Amino acid sequence: MIHFVLLISRQGKVRLTKWYSPYSQKERTKVIRELSGLILTRGPKLCNFVEWRGLRVVYKRYASLYFCMCIDEDDNELEILEIIHHYVEVLDRYFGSVCELDLIYNFHKAYFILDELLLAGELQESGKKTVARLVSAQDSLVETAKEQASSISNIIAQATK
Amino acid sequence: MNPFSSGTRLRDMIRAIRACKTAAEERAVVRKECAAIRAAISENDQDYRHRNLAKLMFIHMLGYPTHFGQMECLKLIASSGFPEKRIGYLGLMLLLDERQEVLMLVTNSLKQDLNHSNQYIIGLALCALGNICSAEMARDLAPEVERLLQFRDPNIRKKAALCSIRIIKKVPDLAENFINPAASLLREKHHGVLITGVQLCTDLCKVSSEALEYFREKCTDGLVKTLRDMANSPYAPEYDVAGITDPFLHIRLLKLMRILGQGDADASDCMNDILAQVATKIESNKNAGNAILYECVGTIMGIEDNGGLRVLAVNILGRFLSNRDNNIRYVALNMLMKAMTVDSQAVQRHRATILECVKDSDASIRKKALDLVYLLVNESNVKPLTKDLIEYLETSDQDFKGVLTDKICSLVEKFSPEKIWYIDQMLKVLSEAGNFVKDEVWHALIVVISNASDLHGYSVRALYRAFQTSTEQESLVRVAVWCIGEYGDMLINNIGMLDIEEPITVTYSDAVDAVEVAIKRHTSDITTKAMALIALLKLSSRFPSCSERIKDIILQNKQSFVLELQQRSIEFNCILQKHQNIRAALVERMPVLDEATFSGRRAGSLPTSVSTSTGTGHSLPNGIAKPAAAPVTDLLDLSSDDAPAPSSSGVDFLQDLLGVDLSPASAPQSTSRPPKGSADVLLDLLSIGASPPAQSNSSASDMLSSIQDNTAPLANLNGLLSLSPLSANATSPASPAPVMDLLDGFGSSPQKKAENGPAYPSLVAYESSSLRMSFNFSKQPGNPQTTLIQATFTNLSPNVYNDFLFQAAVPKFLQLHLDSASSNILPANGSISQSMKVTNSQHGKKSLVMRIRIAYKINDKDVLEEGQVNNFPRDL
Repeated sequence: MIHFVLLISRQGKVRLTKWYSPYSQKERTKVIRELSGLILTRGPKLCNFVEWRGLRVVYKRYASLYFCMCIDEDDNELEILEIIHHYVEVLDRYFGSVCELDLIYNFHKAYFILDELLLAGELQESGKKTVARLVSAQDSLVETAKEQASSISNIIAQATK
Repeated sequence: MNPFSSGTRLRDMIRAIRACKTAAEERAVVRKECAAIRAAISENDQDYRHRNLAKLMFIHMLGYPTHFGQMECLKLIASSGFPEKRIGYLGLMLLLDERQEVLMLVTNSLKQDLNHSNQYIIGLALCALGNICSAEMARDLAPEVERLLQFRDPNIRKKAALCSIRIIKKVPDLAENFINPAASLLREKHHGVLITGVQLCTDLCKVSSEALEYFREKCTDGLVKTLRDMANSPYAPEYDVAGITDPFLHIRLLKLMRILGQGDADASDCMNDILAQVATKIESNKNAGNAILYECVGTIMGIEDNGGLRVLAVNILGRFLSNRDNNIRYVALNMLMKAMTVDSQAVQRHRATILECVKDSDASIRKKALDLVYLLVNESNVKPLTKDLIEYLETSDQDFKGVLTDKICSLVEKFSPEKIWYIDQMLKVLSEAGNFVKDEVWHALIVVISNASDLHGYSVRALYRAFQTSTEQESLVRVAVWCIGEYGDMLINNIGMLDIEEPITVTYSDAVDAVEVAIKRHTSDITTKAMALIALLKLSSRFPSCSERIKDIILQNKQSFVLELQQRSIEFNCILQKHQNIRAALVERMPVLDEATFSGRRAGSLPTSVSTSTGTGHSLPNGIAKPAAAPVTDLLDLSSDDAPAPSSSGVDFLQDLLGVDLSPASAPQSTSRPPKGSADVLLDLLSIGASPPAQSNSSASDMLSSIQDNTAPLANLNGLLSLSPLSANATSPASPAPVMDLLDGFGSSPQKKAENGPAYPSLVAYESSSLRMSFNFSKQPGNPQTTLIQATFTNLSPNVYNDFLFQAAVPKFLQLHLDSASSNILPANGSISQSMKVTNSQHGKKSLVMRIRIAYKINDKDVLEEGQVNNFPRDL
């Protein structure tokens, strides 16, 4: 299973963290520091796997962002690379050629998408369209709720005039 | 902007934080935001709760504490709207983990949301539950999740399936409830549901053998069919990755098949065709295809043997191994490692390629390849492989040398065909990467050299040569110095020349030069210097012509700032000046170090090192304790770790070491145990370091720590040396011993017979109204850890006991070997005996303890007696 997902920028800034195994806050900070030291220093031509504390970290760099997933020893590393790519493609479709800034300002959206893709450290959906459909359906739910709220507050505002 | 709003928008806050130039500025912005959020929380502001939580999540990601927002998550989850719940659940997963108490409060909200009419809200609840649920929540909410496995919308079914995985991992007992619903998921067409269903089945198999049997029975055919349909399916744009339809599903199906096929020939048979098809048809020019092939190879290796398929699999791995892509090579090495257990011959064929990978520029691949090479080595190929690895040691990166050295040393030790080869290889490693060699490795080398009496000369000459060319490797210097000290005469006189050796001319002063270099090196640490001092002391008696010069070198260390060296130098000087008569005997060659004891210690060193907080960190074959751990070292180069310290022959043994022939042939033995203090006196006598009284019981010198409990022979020696002023000390365990005076009073003392002895009293280990069991103890000379116990069973009743059976159990640090009893019939009022052998790996630290069970029959009626024996003599 996937124990955690990290998105780290080339400067070592954390852009997204998702923990599927229990790590305390202290451990989380330590893990992030350890792994960014390990991964960011690796050269471009090397393999995408790093052994770490008896587990294995699969990472892939897209532009300035490193996508890292930590898995068990006997999981399929090559498949994890595909899952990372799968996530990136869905993000790309959602944001329309995604860049790091999109993920910074809309970090919650990145989480929502990830939650439609992975659950309990396992892959949930292999169809990109399905994921996109589910996320946008929920987004529109939020929009309608907002419109209702604003229309109500307008009514209240007018009533109190 | 809304008139009610307080604070900034999320986007503005992020922008403000990003605009910060320094960490201090960033902290200030965050502090301000946090203050505003806290204020909003205490005002119970509802309108902006979700915005505040979103801000908090961002702040959390930057690494600032955000615990004060935890309750806000719960409030948002409890509110009715979807937007609030969505943010609330996200915050819950991000800010909390399963170990926080707050989480318990959310169980009720989760339960309500799992029963909500809006399927997206159900989805949110399932997602949160699957990511952070604890065992208690799993128990509470399992029925809801189980029900949702049959929900009408497939997107909820797939979430429920993954949520079930989390639940059964937390509470494996719940697995059986999920077996049937999981099996029905396997018949679905929706890819998401199928993927998660297969995954759920896989995890069920891992926690429940019942599930495994069920799926093997009912689902194997179905899975094979699904995989075949998948492999033959036409182009499906939604699931297509690099020309393959849904590689994720492929991989999960293969994984589940591996589990079902393992150990079951029928199920394996059923899969053969489709596995062959996947292995041959899948394109291997893209990562997705390779991922499937990789999984397929794993499945072929995992299920029951089918010759043809295995060949196919190993060929694929061979192809992987020669791939240019590092990722592919990495997974190939990984899989070959697993294949070692299945078909080591096939892996051996790729040896050359694997060896090349050890030299790869990629650290991950190097490490993996080295692990694999380590597994590949056997008796027949150890020589060429070691040669390659050692050659590579010269050129490898500094940070890789440590791992590489470890592995080489371990291989050389494990498979060395002959001692000379072992010594040669170790020498090469020491000269190349001596600084990376662990202490126990060079200790082992010294033990081996000490045991190979025909190679003493060869070793010391080879070490001398190596030392001449490289003085930078600490452990090489240590071993060389030790050997020159012990076998210096063989170095000078070319004693024990082997045919392969070239004779070298080394003068007395050359040898002393070498040791002097070691002692004066700036990089030498205290252990090395202390060893060099001992070597000099030994040489002083072996090379009389150099003794003045040696004395000078020793004296130079009188000014050392390190107490240990200073003390050694003064004390050695004292020996050189005042005790000419005993010096030769004092510095005799060390007795052969006991290999079995050493390796036993080494094997058991992990658990013991934890328990001995005051003891020395490592066993040191030459009696030099690590300075930090134990400041005391012993002059006589005797370390109990390696030297046998038998209790029965303890007297002779110690006498030999001292070489002082003061005792009568056999010292009478006393039955009383002498007080500990006498051991300390001796400790101080033999070892030169100061042992402060506080340390008296565990005091540093390893030699005594193990003999200490066999205090009898030591007391004997005390008697032998008859240092009468000390007998007062001997009665008070913690009294400090006057170290230096001891040596002065050494020569002239008359002797006094001490009455003591290591005989252990026999003991009634167990007694009931009908049976008595007594133990007699004896020790084998040379093996203090092992106790021979003669058990005698006496029948106290007028009945005959038939089928008499004695069983005993001991804790892990003991090893018990039980011989058969003299008879299995115990006559009325008669007795039988049975012998056993107990080896105490914690000898000197823990006493024996044993649980016993005695079964017999009186008139065909079974009788069982049980008990525990705790009253063993303490030092067995």
